[in-house]
Amino acid sequence: MSSILQAKDVIKKYGDYTALNKVSIDVPKGSIFGLLGPNGAGKTSLIRIINQITAPDAGEVLLDGEALQQFHIKDIGYMPEERGLYKSMKVGEQALYLAQLKGLSKSEAKMRLQYWFEKFEITDWWNKKIQELSKGMAQKIQFVVTVLHQPKLLIFDEPFSGFDPINANIIKDEILQLRDEGATVIFSTHRMESVEEMCDHIALIHKSNKVLDGKLIDVKRQYKSNTYQVGIASADNSTLRQTLNDKFELSDANFKSIDDDLKVNIKLKNGDTSNDLLSYLTSKGNVNHFVEVIPSVNDIFIQTVENNN
Amino acid sequence: MNHLPLIIKREYLTKVRNKSFIIMTFLSPLIMIGLGTLIFYLTQLNSSKERTISILDETGKVASIFTNSEDSNTKYNILTGITLEEAKKLVEAKEEYGLLHIAPQADIKDISTHIKFFSEDSPSVTFISRLERKLGKKLTDEAFLNNGVDIALVNDSKMDVTIMQESFTGERSSKYVNYSKLGFGLAAGYLLFMFIIIYGNMIMRSVIEEKTNRIIEVIISSVKPVQLLMGKIIGTSLAGVTQFIMWVILGGIAIVVFSAIFGVDLMAAQAQVMEQQGTLQQASELSAEVKIAEIFQSLPLGNLVVAFFIFFIGGYLLYSSLYAAIGAAVDNETDTQQFMMPIIMPLVLAVYVGGFTVLEDPHGVVATVFSYIPFTSPVVMLMRIPFGVPIWQQLLSVAILYITFTGTVWFASKIYRVGILMYGKKPSYKEIFKWLKY
Repeated sequence: MSSILQAKDVIKKYGDYTALNKVSIDVPKGSIFGLLGPNGAGKTSLIRIINQITAPDAGEVLLDGEALQQFHIKDIGYMPEERGLYKSMKVGEQALYLAQLKGLSKSEAKMRLQYWFEKFEITDWWNKKIQELSKGMAQKIQFVVTVLHQPKLLIFDEPFSGFDPINANIIKDEILQLRDEGATVIFSTHRMESVEEMCDHIALIHKSNKVLDGKLIDVKRQYKSNTYQVGIASADNSTLRQTLNDKFELSDANFKSIDDDLKVNIKLKNGDTSNDLLSYLTSKGNVNHFVEVIPSVNDIFIQTVENNN
Repeated sequence: MNHLPLIIKREYLTKVRNKSFIIMTFLSPLIMIGLGTLIFYLTQLNSSKERTISILDETGKVASIFTNSEDSNTKYNILTGITLEEAKKLVEAKEEYGLLHIAPQADIKDISTHIKFFSEDSPSVTFISRLERKLGKKLTDEAFLNNGVDIALVNDSKMDVTIMQESFTGERSSKYVNYSKLGFGLAAGYLLFMFIIIYGNMIMRSVIEEKTNRIIEVIISSVKPVQLLMGKIIGTSLAGVTQFIMWVILGGIAIVVFSAIFGVDLMAAQAQVMEQQGTLQQASELSAEVKIAEIFQSLPLGNLVVAFFIFFIGGYLLYSSLYAAIGAAVDNETDTQQFMMPIIMPLVLAVYVGGFTVLEDPHGVVATVFSYIPFTSPVVMLMRIPFGVPIWQQLLSVAILYITFTGTVWFASKIYRVGILMYGKKPSYKEIFKWLKY
């Protein structure tokens, strides 16, 4: 799969402070790319460079293989975390204005707006002023404005903040649909469950450095500890626990079950396979539950950040 | 992509459609003219109060000028055959405005220094000086008479001098023409000054608004800061011009309407003012038509009109780009105060220093230097041009002005690029200087 966006050794300094230190990312076409990192790590700086709001001090950014240029703004849709619209302007006028700034003709913009407004069932907002709308309503407008010019690359900074669960779902589905229609999405958020749910690639920036990136599955493989969550029932659970503890690295597990099981996490010894463990366990009792422990993005995030501190 | 027209259109329309803008456009001329009429009415009210004063002339030489005389709402009541103390009591009992006492003296010179006015409140300055003029004239005549001088002869011998001025190239001029030239310069200067302050602030507010609305990041990912900046300046200026034209039209209509209602009074008041200011007597000797024709002939009109537009636009752009930079640097309007002074100062300096030095010597060193400095040149040069400034000097000044403008736009868009994305931080000059290097 080819890349739509490549950042190569990007350096950005604000005075003496280095906001990005040789950060490289590679966003594959058609992916949903999670850009993660603690507060102040440098995500927004990188996003602003991609949007040509600021220029990097060193390094280059390629969009579709070409160095970024002014005309590329029409290929990018950006919804910043600090969102805003002109408060005293009418919804329709404002959407038209912003769409025209992105290079759409007025009639084209009008047509597409009509489509989106009907889709979101907000046609009666057209003549309202932004200040009359609630925050969530304004966010919807902002979303429409961001995607209206059908950019190849969409950048969302905390897209779900301010939305109720129903509207968050609508937006999520729209993002997924846009991806299916061929757009690439860069997604910056602190809500790990949405990363888990939507992203197929991630990069983690910490203290101005990229500390982790790749396909989400690969990253998870890399971070798995060969641990299995086990629910096993035997005549004497405490003796069994003792036996297992002597043989393996053991910790308590917590999951819901209808059986009266011994619930433990068991870490495989080097060279052992899951089948080895399973056949050993079946010899000891009834195995009701056997699942590989896959590290969550949340765990990976916390672990990586703490390791790099 | 050139989005400039789009941005200008939006800026213009949002300004013009703004409710407070519309209200101010229609209300300001009414308020101004209403206020003017009110002040005028109040002064009328004040001066139309009838007052009576008593005169006790113990010399018997002066009182005659007050008999059968009644001017400007003042009645004179001549007392005879009573003492000063009695007269005071009488005037107080009758609640008259005051008592003029002329003490008996042998010599005219002594009389002139022994005249007193008694009153309950201190009388107005104009009233006293009118009495002084009246008395002085009479006593002078008396003195002439005593010395055997023919008064008619003296009056005939009085000469008024008005020096006619002409340059070597034959340009005619006079004191009045010079005053009117200066008046033109001052008017242009003040106009620019007002325009910069009102609409510069508007630009600054609109930049701050974009920051507080957090829309700036969306906009700036679509257009270049310089384009946004220029769009804002031009759009707001056009809104300003619209408002200004409306003011002129509405003001004109209002003046016509008001003078139709109070027209007669206005004329009467004018005449009264003229009368009070004796110095203007000379002016009225020249017929008004001749003066106006002379003034128009003496003004380099073509040059003036062209220069007015070039300097006005240049000066306005220069200052408004600075206003925009301030807007970009701060978070809210209260933080703008520390940056305001350095902008207002050169403007004030231009108007006042320019006014004084140009009056003193339009081509002196100070006036010339100030007409080159870009922050003062729009005002000072416009004041100088009516007195004739060589074209090369004007061109040089224009060049400096526009080069500086390019510089300030660059400076402002630098500040803009960094400043608009800074939230919640009160910037210092040091900080801003650092931004220039980003």
